[in-house]
Amino acid sequence: MEPLDQIKSSIEAAVSGARVEIIPNAGLSGQHSLLVDNQHAFAVARFLQDDPAFRLDYCSNVTGVDWLDAETSEKVKVTKVVDGVAKEVEEVKKTRRPGYLEAVYHLYSMELRHGPLIVRLRTENRTDKTHLPSLTPVWRGAEFQEREIYDLYGIVFDGHPDLRRILMWDGFQDYPMRKDYVEPDDYEYEPTAHDKVLEKAKRHHLPEAKP
Amino acid sequence: MSDAVVDETAHTASEASLLSTPEGAGQPNYAIVPKTSLTGEIEGELLEVAMGPQHPSTHGVFRMDVVLDGERVVKLKPVFGYLHRNHEKIAEHASYLGSMPYTDRLDYFCSLTNNWAYALAVEQLAGLHAPERAEYIRVITAELTRLVNHTCLVGFLLQDMGASGTPLMYAFREREKILDLFESLTGARMMCNYMRFGGCRCDLPPGWLDEAKDVVGNYPRFLDEFERLLTENEILMARTQGIGVLPKQLAINASITGPMLRACGVNYDIRKVDKYGIYDRFPFRVPLGEHGDTFDRFMLRLLEMRESLRILEQALRDIRPGPIMDPKAKIRGFRPKTGEAYGRIEGPKGELGFYLISDGGSNPYRYRVRPPSLINLTILEDMCVGHIVADVVVILGSVDIVLGEVDR
Repeated sequence: MEPLDQIKSSIEAAVSGARVEIIPNAGLSGQHSLLVDNQHAFAVARFLQDDPAFRLDYCSNVTGVDWLDAETSEKVKVTKVVDGVAKEVEEVKKTRRPGYLEAVYHLYSMELRHGPLIVRLRTENRTDKTHLPSLTPVWRGAEFQEREIYDLYGIVFDGHPDLRRILMWDGFQDYPMRKDYVEPDDYEYEPTAHDKVLEKAKRHHLPEAKP
Repeated sequence: MSDAVVDETAHTASEASLLSTPEGAGQPNYAIVPKTSLTGEIEGELLEVAMGPQHPSTHGVFRMDVVLDGERVVKLKPVFGYLHRNHEKIAEHASYLGSMPYTDRLDYFCSLTNNWAYALAVEQLAGLHAPERAEYIRVITAELTRLVNHTCLVGFLLQDMGASGTPLMYAFREREKILDLFESLTGARMMCNYMRFGGCRCDLPPGWLDEAKDVVGNYPRFLDEFERLLTENEILMARTQGIGVLPKQLAINASITGPMLRACGVNYDIRKVDKYGIYDRFPFRVPLGEHGDTFDRFMLRLLEMRESLRILEQALRDIRPGPIMDPKAKIRGFRPKTGEAYGRIEGPKGELGFYLISDGGSNPYRYRVRPPSLINLTILEDMCVGHIVADVVVILGSVDIVLGEVDR
């Protein structure tokens, strides 16, 4: 397959207004990915499926990833006037990156036998704006996997034909695969609670201590 | 003669006593609904049936909510999650190596291919390479696993069709021989936990190769016997040909993989496409189906077993002594660099993939299994609609699912 920057430019040429960003993979596998904006994701998916140069007709794997709010600190050199003399001082600049949920699609081509092209979609945040366009109308193989992401991560796929919980039961409230999920501990009942179990059981009696 | 006359009188007498209306009995207290309409056709309404989760032919705790018109299937919705234990979350809390035994429990028929897929993904993540002997051992064990899986599948499929006992017992007899090989190699018959990142856990015991050659050499005879018994059987053909046809385009679009896909005539075998491990060294053919029906899926497994035997013969002949672990591989304090990797292999049921994200810690930040069993069920409804209930069982059997992997 072509290098990623060429794929990026051909996507941007074909789908007007699409914003594509290359996400480098720092690891040894060399599987870099493309971040596509949510408004044009569906059109990009159709293009990747239909274009004779790509023909990515096979959506192998769809998965969710939860990224919590993170604080990155980097050292920046700043010139400051100290005692009337301009000096270069190193300062730690902290940037706060809000968390988001991510859906990752691994695309292959059965016809041309190439791949994977990894496409990522990101939600705006982790709390209320967790909508992404569903790519199930393009690749039906994503149907159960997107349902699973909805079930375990809470990403709502707009345009999915049958978006219900798949592994957890219908009345279940939380999203178990999120990093900040706290499992219910009421099943850890012991007749004589002690140590850790006692500490955990106290949370049920103190409502403000609940997460 | 006289006896018969006496009997007849006795019979009529008892019938008369049954039919005689007791004192005080009136009209029945329920409405009698006529079963036929004025035109004489049977009128009925749609019936919703939950097949499973405790149904003998669903191969585990799997439910199909089927809507029936008479005996025809109108609608079918699969329901999962009875065996869900959130394997992925557990793996995020365990070390990389700690998840290896747990991968055995995904598809408990094929623990060695599960091990290989996971090891392959971690090796891509950490930049490890298994030495040549380990690659040979992996190919040998994986192809033996494929034999086990396909043999059992054919046995179970016939069992579902009503050939009670015999084919399944024949299949299990052969499976035992391979499980004995696994036991002497790994110490376990099903939960093998054998592969490691950058190699295998232990070397082959003395004499193992000869035993394996014996099993592989005798296998074609069993396959011939199996085929003579089954393939030209008229009942089997009537029950499978033209049942559950899967169109080629739909199969590709719905991410169907493995024997299911190849039965539709799509030439896509990851052993050939990715050439992972050392599969490029062995010449073998990829059998393809023509019609995409249940019979093709059944036959394709039999043909794939013959190709697996061909690979096994070559691998058992060519394997040479040598190290079985990458010297760079660390057992303790294993922390891959930050990054992500997706590794996939051609499992017996389809593409088995593992997607890992590392944040530099000792346990994966994200661990994802791409389960072929679950994704192959996407088109179950499309294949079943229009067929009768008895065919649903056969179609599901030919999809080849294991619930440990579907629900994870």
